Amino acid sequence: MIVDIGIIALKAFLVLFMVLNLAGVLGWIERKGSALMQDRIGANRASILGFAGMGLINTMIADPVKFLTKEDFIPPRGDRFLHTLAPCMALFPALVTFAVIPFGDTLQIGERVINLQVANLNIGILYVFAMGSLGVYGIVIGAWASNNKFSLLGGVRGSAQMISYEVAMGLSVIGILMVYGTLELQEIARGQGTLIREFLPESWRFMKAAVGWLPAWGIFLQPLAFLLFFTAAVAETKRVPFDLPEGESEIVAGYHVEYSGGKFLMFFAAEFAEIVTAAALMTTLFFGGWQIPYLLPDGFHFPWGATWLLPHLVVTLLQVAAFALKVVFFCWLQILLRWSVPRFRYDQVMRLGWKMLLPLALLNVIVTALVIVAVQ
Amino acid sequence: MIIFYTLAALLVLSSLMVVFQRNVVHCAMALVAALFLIAILFVTLQAPMVGVLQILVYAGAIMVLFLFVIMLLNPTSLEPRRGLWWGFGTVVALLLGGALAALVSHDEAPADPFTATELFGAPESLAKSLFTDFVLPFEIASVLLLIAIVGAVVLAKRGN
Repeated sequence: MIVDIGIIALKAFLVLFMVLNLAGVLGWIERKGSALMQDRIGANRASILGFAGMGLINTMIADPVKFLTKEDFIPPRGDRFLHTLAPCMALFPALVTFAVIPFGDTLQIGERVINLQVANLNIGILYVFAMGSLGVYGIVIGAWASNNKFSLLGGVRGSAQMISYEVAMGLSVIGILMVYGTLELQEIARGQGTLIREFLPESWRFMKAAVGWLPAWGIFLQPLAFLLFFTAAVAETKRVPFDLPEGESEIVAGYHVEYSGGKFLMFFAAEFAEIVTAAALMTTLFFGGWQIPYLLPDGFHFPWGATWLLPHLVVTLLQVAAFALKVVFFCWLQILLRWSVPRFRYDQVMRLGWKMLLPLALLNVIVTALVIVAVQ
Repeated sequence: MIIFYTLAALLVLSSLMVVFQRNVVHCAMALVAALFLIAILFVTLQAPMVGVLQILVYAGAIMVLFLFVIMLLNPTSLEPRRGLWWGFGTVVALLLGGALAALVSHDEAPADPFTATELFGAPESLAKSLFTDFVLPFEIASVLLLIAIVGAVVLAKRGN
């Protein structure tokens, strides 16, 4: 009993530790990466005994210390309580979503089988969307409690944008749920361990030869859904090209214009934690989660017949490493976007969400249903 | 048991705050807190599906729209009308409270507790009953919502 609770606590701690630290590293990647792309040097001011570590000292040590020791300003006509609560409400959903994301298959130590997932809920993906839908409160309340017209504008923009893209995001995932037939994220990850030929009927010989060797990952079975999900996820994290709630050139800093010090740091951390969560979701739903192609629980089984058997611990470690690598890749991809595309106009954001993503997501559901019926 | 009473106390407290707070945004946030607590209550009753749907639909969507409207209109000058409404509310509350008290004090053997099976509240069993036994009410409800949306669009168009 004690051991069970200890294991769960350890898993929760590990996951939170990884997410928060990855969020910190992403802050560094964002600054140094943008400098690289724009042919600048980037953050290099702070150093310890002459060691700046590529600006890592800046972002990992100097910045947080500076944020935390700065004056915490609350607008005098604002709402003290909600102004303080809002950053917490922004950070909370980004962190708790990770509870249902599997970062590996089961780990067997002696008699004990540990599911490498903090909480295995039979409603997995619904929980993710429920928590994601709470993220909007952080910015709306923060904007309102600041008693500032610019921040209020940012809050109104943010709430409309996040509600709009939540719809498209939810519908884009329906196809994945239909293909793998479950809401549990661990089961979805397991379902991606087979090859596409298992999904095709006997009579489709040509298709089997052409694409049957591919792993049955969501990206191969639901490519359109991935594009829709990726777009909606970027919009949900409120980053360029969807950063209208902040929109520096129009409304100063949008919803967090009246935030300073530690509370601003929390908004900042929430944004990067959301990136990590979105990357983990993309990995789990569309890129096999912790799966490595052709790696089964006892080792590699290649489609041309070769096998390479591996012990259980090595397989598990490889899978966890594969998950981490995929997550880091998608985090990097989202950061890269920021310096590649300009910001949309607000009417363009709304038109994209309601008139393009939503119909395409509905089309994807219908086509998926027809194909599933044809295959069975 | 301790969890239930803590939750219930917090729930009553936040519900009271919905009524007694003077600031509209504070009321809305108290309502969000109440909905969230109800969701946790559902989860402790082994119905995580209902709990999560509660958050997804009410806390995550409807209340956000409420806040959106509040922020757009910013009704700082809207004072609640006292007098008649106050009296009406008191009478209704007393009647409901009385009915509840009568029900609680009514000594009757409790019904057999429903034994929760493996699939109780699971998405599979919920979907099965929704699409077989209750498919007609389910579809009627969706048509009703569609009518409401169409009506809202028509009303909005007429204003232009």
